[in-house]
Amino acid sequence: MAVGKEIRVKIASVQNTQKITRAMEMVATSKMRKAQERMRAARPYAAKMRNVVAHIAAAHSEYRHPFLYAREVKRVGVIVISTDRGLCGGLNSNLFRMLVQQMRKWQAANVEFDVCTIGRKGAQFFQRVGGRVLGQVSRIGDQPHIEQLIGTVKIMLDAFLDGQIDELYIASNDFVNSMTQRPELEQLVPLTTTGEDTLSHHWDYIYEPESKDVMDELLSRYIESLVYQRVVENIACEQAARMVAMKSASDNAGKLIKELQLIYNKARQAAITQELAEIVGGAAAV
Amino acid sequence: MHTIHVDIVSAEREIFSGDAEAVFAPAILGEVGILPGHAAMLTRLGPGEVRVTLPGGEHQAFFVSGGMLEVQPKVVTVLSDTAVRAHDLDEAAVLKAKQAAEETLKDRSGKVDLAKAQAELAELAAQLQTIQRLRRRGG
Repeated sequence: MAVGKEIRVKIASVQNTQKITRAMEMVATSKMRKAQERMRAARPYAAKMRNVVAHIAAAHSEYRHPFLYAREVKRVGVIVISTDRGLCGGLNSNLFRMLVQQMRKWQAANVEFDVCTIGRKGAQFFQRVGGRVLGQVSRIGDQPHIEQLIGTVKIMLDAFLDGQIDELYIASNDFVNSMTQRPELEQLVPLTTTGEDTLSHHWDYIYEPESKDVMDELLSRYIESLVYQRVVENIACEQAARMVAMKSASDNAGKLIKELQLIYNKARQAAITQELAEIVGGAAAV
Repeated sequence: MHTIHVDIVSAEREIFSGDAEAVFAPAILGEVGILPGHAAMLTRLGPGEVRVTLPGGEHQAFFVSGGMLEVQPKVVTVLSDTAVRAHDLDEAAVLKAKQAAEETLKDRSGKVDLAKAQAELAELAAQLQTIQRLRRRGG
């Protein structure tokens, strides 16, 4: 029967789309689980690092590292972590919206800003809207390694040490749970004082080879580990957001198919009724 | 028997955590042995083996390619590197990130066009709202 060919074709195409979104949902679910594990695995290092840095802040060292002291703010740096791929709901645009609001505030306070991007979406965003982008890295994949981040982080830390920027922030998504992700802006440098001075008696480490070398290295590792953790967390957010987005896409496709099926059936019945009426009409005329 | 708590971690995972009688680590100025009650110390590690003597005399060894060692009287923390680090390599990484940025940003000014950014985000939000409205009506 020739009735409703277009509708049948449409139904088939929506069904295909639904298959794809279903598959993507399942892939995202399993990837999210892995990303969460990675997030958990990275925690001990960051926690230990934080302890050591708190000790350093409490120790009475003769060398005062610039990362530990705030100065007047004329220019700030932001490391923006975004996803490489799309189809993950409003994850990136929520982050950018928060960032733009913050940038307005900075602009109002006459504070300029530099950006480093991690992830392709962030790079594309700043390509469109402009801004001084000092460094970028993209295609970090699902299993990021710290090597991939060293460059971008070092650009910003060098800029801080040179006095080009006076504060360094990191913008990324916070993994609250698999349904909720929250964009967040966190200050990295100068380090916000972590430890209340519990060990108040005068003590210091034995440094080998020298306090400056050791502290330089330790603090840049610390920042790197924080950035790494944020990147891993952002990947978990990406997968969670994609999972939710794909689930609702599959549901919507289901609804659409139902509606189309209804329209198709109605059209078919109408055609049959009409044909019968024509036959009956024809027979009566004879 | 005195013991000291040892944690060996790398940025990507936890490697070892537990009590030990002694720890030997390849510090940059030569190998150090640490027993319980050692003075607070902070040092860089070179590539080599971190050996842990467990209570009871058993040994465990872990390879590190570098990192940091923190000693507090009761706790030893080894922050091991996962990447091979050297000044030149770090500089190369910096250069790569800079080049990547320059390539994508070649053809536009350094000024952020916040108005444009906001307009674009507003458009996205409007799109989302429309979709939601359509969905409510359809469903």
